[in-house]
Amino acid sequence: MANSAVHPDQPLTTADGVPLKTALSRALRRDKMKSLALVAPLFIFLGLTFLVPIGDMLWRGVEDPIVSTYLPKTVEQLKQWDATSGELPDESTYEALVEDVKAGAPEKLITRVGKRLNYELPGMNSLFRKSQRRIPKFDEGPYKEAVIKVDKKWGQLETWQVIKTFSPNLTAGYFWAAIDLQVTPAGDLQLQDEKSRIYLKLFWRTLYLSGLITLMTLILGYPVAYLLATLPLKTSNLLLMLVLLPFWTSLLVRTTSWIAMLQREGVLNDIMVALNIIENENRLAMIHNATGTVVAMTHILLPFMILPLYSVMKTIPKSYMRAAVSLGAHPFSAFFKVYAPNTIPGIGAGGILVFILAIGYYITPALVGGTSGTFISNFIAYHVSVSLNWGLAAALGIILLGLVLVLYLLYDRIVGVDNMKLG
Amino acid sequence: MKSKLPPYTTPLERIWHYLFRIICGLIFLFLIFPILVIVPLSFNAVPFFTFTPEMLSFNPEGYSLRWYEDFFTNLNWRGAVNNSFIIAIFSTLIATSLGTVAALGLSRREVPYRTMLMAILISPMIVPLIISACGMFFFYSRINLQGTHLGVILAHAALGTPFVVITVTATLVGFDRSLIRAANSLGADGVTTFFKIVVPLILPGVISGALFAFITSFDEVVVILFVGSFEQRTIPWQMFSGIREHISPTILAVATLLVLVSVLLLTSIELLRRRTERLRGVRT
Repeated sequence: MANSAVHPDQPLTTADGVPLKTALSRALRRDKMKSLALVAPLFIFLGLTFLVPIGDMLWRGVEDPIVSTYLPKTVEQLKQWDATSGELPDESTYEALVEDVKAGAPEKLITRVGKRLNYELPGMNSLFRKSQRRIPKFDEGPYKEAVIKVDKKWGQLETWQVIKTFSPNLTAGYFWAAIDLQVTPAGDLQLQDEKSRIYLKLFWRTLYLSGLITLMTLILGYPVAYLLATLPLKTSNLLLMLVLLPFWTSLLVRTTSWIAMLQREGVLNDIMVALNIIENENRLAMIHNATGTVVAMTHILLPFMILPLYSVMKTIPKSYMRAAVSLGAHPFSAFFKVYAPNTIPGIGAGGILVFILAIGYYITPALVGGTSGTFISNFIAYHVSVSLNWGLAAALGIILLGLVLVLYLLYDRIVGVDNMKLG
Repeated sequence: MKSKLPPYTTPLERIWHYLFRIICGLIFLFLIFPILVIVPLSFNAVPFFTFTPEMLSFNPEGYSLRWYEDFFTNLNWRGAVNNSFIIAIFSTLIATSLGTVAALGLSRREVPYRTMLMAILISPMIVPLIISACGMFFFYSRINLQGTHLGVILAHAALGTPFVVITVTATLVGFDRSLIRAANSLGADGVTTFFKIVVPLILPGVISGALFAFITSFDEVVVILFVGSFEQRTIPWQMFSGIREHISPTILAVATLLVLVSVLLLTSIELLRRRTERLRGVRT
């Protein structure tokens, strides 16, 4: 708004004769630039340390360069081969294979192809290891029979079909694997074997347990929030400390204390044995299973339910209930007809918040979940650091992130991210 | 609980009134008991997570300070404490300075794409930690930051910024912009106005944002497991591997000390909140 001293009797220009409209929009643009310049450092910082790494990881879920990188000539030859013809590829393809294997021989690159294809067709790993040892010794053709002699799998259609199917650089294969489907060597979709159908069940379990945890926090959190909102401020501030203390206590401390509480020789079992509720031999298994996860996570996430509920309930005037009762409503029906509907925004906010936090949880399920109480996060971690199937980890990650983003948009609709309060 | 029931309350309502308070008491017990129960357990004389008969009969021999001694003398733990503080302090400095400046920009009326910018800036809080951790693990390994202090500090700073942005933005909502104009019209330049007028007023928001960023780093387990290594072990890292491998009550001693730390933090944040409300003239 510099230089814009406007007098009603003058034409709409600034002191230096620039039309007011231009000057204003220029000033506005300058202001916009200024605000963006303030945001820019953080934006760039987050981009480099956070957004790019995540994009980079998720990209692994669709990229599949291994086959075409290490078998370039074979892939080129296979383009002319009709996978449904029922005939093996011709001599030139075998020759290309031998050349590719020789090219990668010094660094054993070809075994990486075997490792990759083994996810799709068991046996590929050993086939490529064997070929890596024997094929480089071939001097001259014809190669077709010699190669088939190394391993009869080279004479099977299936082997060539799987190489052809997985030769493109981009793949949806990891996604299919993440929802228990698989691409057959011939390129069709089918359900995985009964035994290896685990991910749909896992997603279902993650959603089911997160839902259960959300419900538990609601059941436990609602009365407490109501009490806090109806008590005089001094008392409620004091009681609020009891909610905030767990909120501020380290996650690992709370998980540790649940291990101490729930384990076979733990506090709760000891108490029940001492009170003769259970026999010493029949101590309950409350940890390293789904029960452990639900109990510990309900405790850990309860403050996230109580706080939004409390902040909504605080704004509901007490006179509403009194008015309803004075008009003849039974206190219970006054509560359900008048008070409860007013708390729905709080239930929505707390519920979505707890649910979002729960489905992405890793530490607590890893420590107290055993095998029946683990979440999708635990499998992502497993594939990243143990099985090294990074593509599948990324595909699972993309699905999980998608779920969270949908819930986040919902949360933004209900609460508005700007209204988020901490502590 | 001194609130008197009105004289017209029916007996059933009276019963319900007290029953409700008992239920709430039990829920509060559920919230607090697990945290309190580790305090006596950490003074255990034997290496178990359970109350021994000696402890229950208050026999002094059932109690000992050996796990605290272990914590203060064990080099693994000492390294963890040092790392925790170094990493938390530096990542808090980065997060607080970048976050405060960004929040100032975001709260200007003219800022374009506000919603989208806000969503991106607080995304580290929304994205499940395991995804952030794996992404950072791959990317930081590629640029040789994995297993370095710098890598962990940058990762934790990224995780801490949303809290600073949110708290400072919240403080700025009640900020009277005419104060800036008043300062300018009285001859102060931009820098003077910023340090003499803006900073003192938003300081509580900045400090509580910094506390959030600090606790985020101090308490963070998932990212450190992937981005860090033994050299960068923090207290949570050490606790996690302790729970996984050899459970010793030293973990309970550490946990008790951490509860003390969180009580201190909670008190300081509460005091800050009251100060803000007093400054803004909000009735408590």
